[in-house]
Amino acid sequence: MTGRQPSAAAQAALDRLRGRALPKNHDARTISALAANPGCARRALMDAAGVDKQRVAAQAGFPAPFGQSRFAIVRGNAFEAQVKENGAAQLLILLREVLGLDVSEVGYADFNDVGGNSSAEVRHRHTRHVLTAPDQPGRTLLDHPLLRLRVGGRPAYLEPDLIALRLDGTFHVIEIKSFAVIDGQADPGKVAAAAIQSAVYVRALRDLVAEAGRDPAAVSHQTILVAPRDFSSQPTAASLDVRRQLGVLDRQLSRIASIEDLLAQYPGTLTFDLDPDPQGRPRRPAAELTAAIGQVAANYAPECLATCELCFLCRDEAAGTTGALGKPVREDLGGIEYIAQARGLARGQLPAPEQAEIAAQLLRAAQLREQVLGEAV
Amino acid sequence: MTLLTAFARVEAAAAGRARLIRTVRHVHLGRRPLVVIPLQLAGEACAPLAVLLGDDPDKPRLLTVYEPRDRARRFEFAADLAEVILGHLDGYLPVDDASDDDAGDAGQDTGFSHDRAPAPEPLPDAPQLLVPNPNAAAFLRLLGRSTRLRRTDGEYAVRPTVPLLGRWLTHYAERAEVPGSVLLLPMTTALAEHWATGQSDLEDANLAALLGWIDPAEGLTGQQAARLAEDPVRCPPAGPVTDPTFDNEVLEGRMQAIRDASQSSDAPALARAQAAMDAALHGQLAPTWELMWRAHALLAALPEAAHAERRWKDDRRSFTAQAAWLREGGAPQPRRDSAVAAAKRLARLEREQQRLAVERAHDDPLVMAEYRLTGEAFAGTVVDADLTRVDTEGKKAKLRPWLIVRTTDAVIVEPGAVLTCPDYPSQAAKVIHVTTASDNGDNDNHDDHEDRDNDNDPVGTLVTLELSGGMGRALAAPPGTTPGLADVVTYTTLRDDFQPAPQFPSREETPWTHGGPPIEYVPTDDDAQEPWS
Repeated sequence: MTGRQPSAAAQAALDRLRGRALPKNHDARTISALAANPGCARRALMDAAGVDKQRVAAQAGFPAPFGQSRFAIVRGNAFEAQVKENGAAQLLILLREVLGLDVSEVGYADFNDVGGNSSAEVRHRHTRHVLTAPDQPGRTLLDHPLLRLRVGGRPAYLEPDLIALRLDGTFHVIEIKSFAVIDGQADPGKVAAAAIQSAVYVRALRDLVAEAGRDPAAVSHQTILVAPRDFSSQPTAASLDVRRQLGVLDRQLSRIASIEDLLAQYPGTLTFDLDPDPQGRPRRPAAELTAAIGQVAANYAPECLATCELCFLCRDEAAGTTGALGKPVREDLGGIEYIAQARGLARGQLPAPEQAEIAAQLLRAAQLREQVLGEAV
Repeated sequence: MTLLTAFARVEAAAAGRARLIRTVRHVHLGRRPLVVIPLQLAGEACAPLAVLLGDDPDKPRLLTVYEPRDRARRFEFAADLAEVILGHLDGYLPVDDASDDDAGDAGQDTGFSHDRAPAPEPLPDAPQLLVPNPNAAAFLRLLGRSTRLRRTDGEYAVRPTVPLLGRWLTHYAERAEVPGSVLLLPMTTALAEHWATGQSDLEDANLAALLGWIDPAEGLTGQQAARLAEDPVRCPPAGPVTDPTFDNEVLEGRMQAIRDASQSSDAPALARAQAAMDAALHGQLAPTWELMWRAHALLAALPEAAHAERRWKDDRRSFTAQAAWLREGGAPQPRRDSAVAAAKRLARLEREQQRLAVERAHDDPLVMAEYRLTGEAFAGTVVDADLTRVDTEGKKAKLRPWLIVRTTDAVIVEPGAVLTCPDYPSQAAKVIHVTTASDNGDNDNHDDHEDRDNDNDPVGTLVTLELSGGMGRALAAPPGTTPGLADVVTYTTLRDDFQPAPQFPSREETPWTHGGPPIEYVPTDDDAQEPWS
């Protein structure tokens, strides 16, 4: 399913959408963000084409609100290094508890480079070779193997923190995170994000195993989350079941794979090219770029503010819709799409037949507010 | 969310200004609340970076941790914070400790007045903590968790005030989970309960943006004000997480300067570097300090709801009980509740939630309007009343007045349902009939043409109610104990009575399915020496 590739014509169309910019490669974070808003054509198209949404948003006048503190990056790296220290000695003890790894199964393979060569292609080939070799020489933990997942026809290289291999041939993806698990509890939002990222690795690893003619079920849907315990830097491990996340991810990846249908809806002249000058500085006028972006419908929801680089642009565009106020508001308003329409109905405007019920409710809501607050509507 | 609130949001978005969704303030505000704005270092589980706090808008106090990744510095900070917070709390505790014996057997998990056990009379006032948002409250909880189990002697000894602060912070954080409690109040929660903005809930989590909609600066719409508030340079985040750009471009350099100065033992340079870091953090915190007091003033301008005082009394009671527990040398809160304690706590939280919903509706016609919209309540005028009606069917004659209320609300209650009126909370009203009213009252009008007109424009519903209770023992209701003719009344299915609390086993009788009787919690060396790095 994920191996399906867009036709040459579709690939050319995607290249034109991206323009002269280099394709932005996906990583586990961006792929998992795809699953956050599967109904968004704008995001699906831009991601399939590898458009650098951050730069496009900035050029259109809506720079993304994201940044990462160096303190957080340093802490994350230090924790990962500590967990992997001495052949991941601390981790092995935890894995024996969580996975029931036998003590004899201790081996550690570093995939960060291959004989000093750290090119993605070489590392991936080496990973594939080792993971699909008929006999596995005592390698229990695989450090930073390089997997590949095709997203919209282009390969995305993915680097799980660790993969554990058990004696029975089962693989488990291990994700090392630096958020704390305090008295057995962690931030649910962060755990959810880790689960979907782990699912991306499981998907890629299953593809790799399947391509080698082996059973993809050898890659377990039980992934391992390793995080600091309480207020210390001592690791603790927990098992995460990512079956649901895999389902969401597969649906979204197949949507991107069938990108031709989406492409067919837009004129061949559409492009998000930034018209860079010889130094690479974008010159395309913001209004023109915004108009191009506007040709592809977005599906803005306030949740996008945490996941998508284009969020401020889409939010601006969604002004006047009830969806911009949040899904619960839109649902309470019976799915009415525009603020002006809801207000019209509340003031006695004649409703369409399917809106009769919500119109009566709105009229009543307006009367009640007026009655209680003396606020003329 | 409800339709009425959704509609208010739509109106706010169109008007460019937040809309009130409450007519009264459902949160009690303390006489002299302590505003606490914590910041933490990004990436760490619970590394305090700074806190700006105080009970006087003109005198905020800044506490800074110059090296948040150093365990010793964190405990020094905790001791400094304890001095300010415990100093504030002391102002509310009784001066003489002679009244120990009336504190009873109050445990840590107290503060629920409707346990029928005789509760000690609460202290007349309690210190209220105001924080910008729920994340700040969660941070204080973690700070409490990381300090309350520390030892004051032996290895890794900390100052005695540190575990005491931890236990108070834990108490405040746990109390904050009780619906309606305001001992530890996140400002965004309080504001969003009273105003609907023209943006989403997620965007309302930003205190500056939320206030932008409620009280935009001169010449700005709510939306414009909220957009400006999202710029971290103009309006630093209210914490506890700092702006990543500030971390990378300012904070990292300031911390490095402090490290350099202390390594070279250059005292004047160190003092300068520390002053520079203080200044940078003050710059991040001061705007939120202003917002907190502005928000406080906006809330204070709303009249307080009738039941807010009842809930505040519960808060005072919980504060009183915790103070007594500490005075008696009770153990700190365990890492995790036992099975029985957790089940009891959950049952209490559910009851408080239900009780809060009823109290709000009774106190606030705009909340009641939400129930009127869904048919769980109706408001109307008493068009007929037989206040001396006596039911003689039983052995003993009983006073059972009848009222007929005319309402234009949608009525879905059926005969036999028992309703209450917020103005007469101890009186039950049983529904006898529900009929559609025509223009001439309940008389049928046989004039075809006019009748059809009336059908198209019904003038409401007539509900006949039978009253019982709250009228004394005599066979005539004393004046003022029932609604009278032409009164405007509201009747609702929401009732302020509760199922008795389920029976839970004692902790010694915890069933094996829940792990059996728990071992008495005694803080261990492990707890005391737990790393905080």
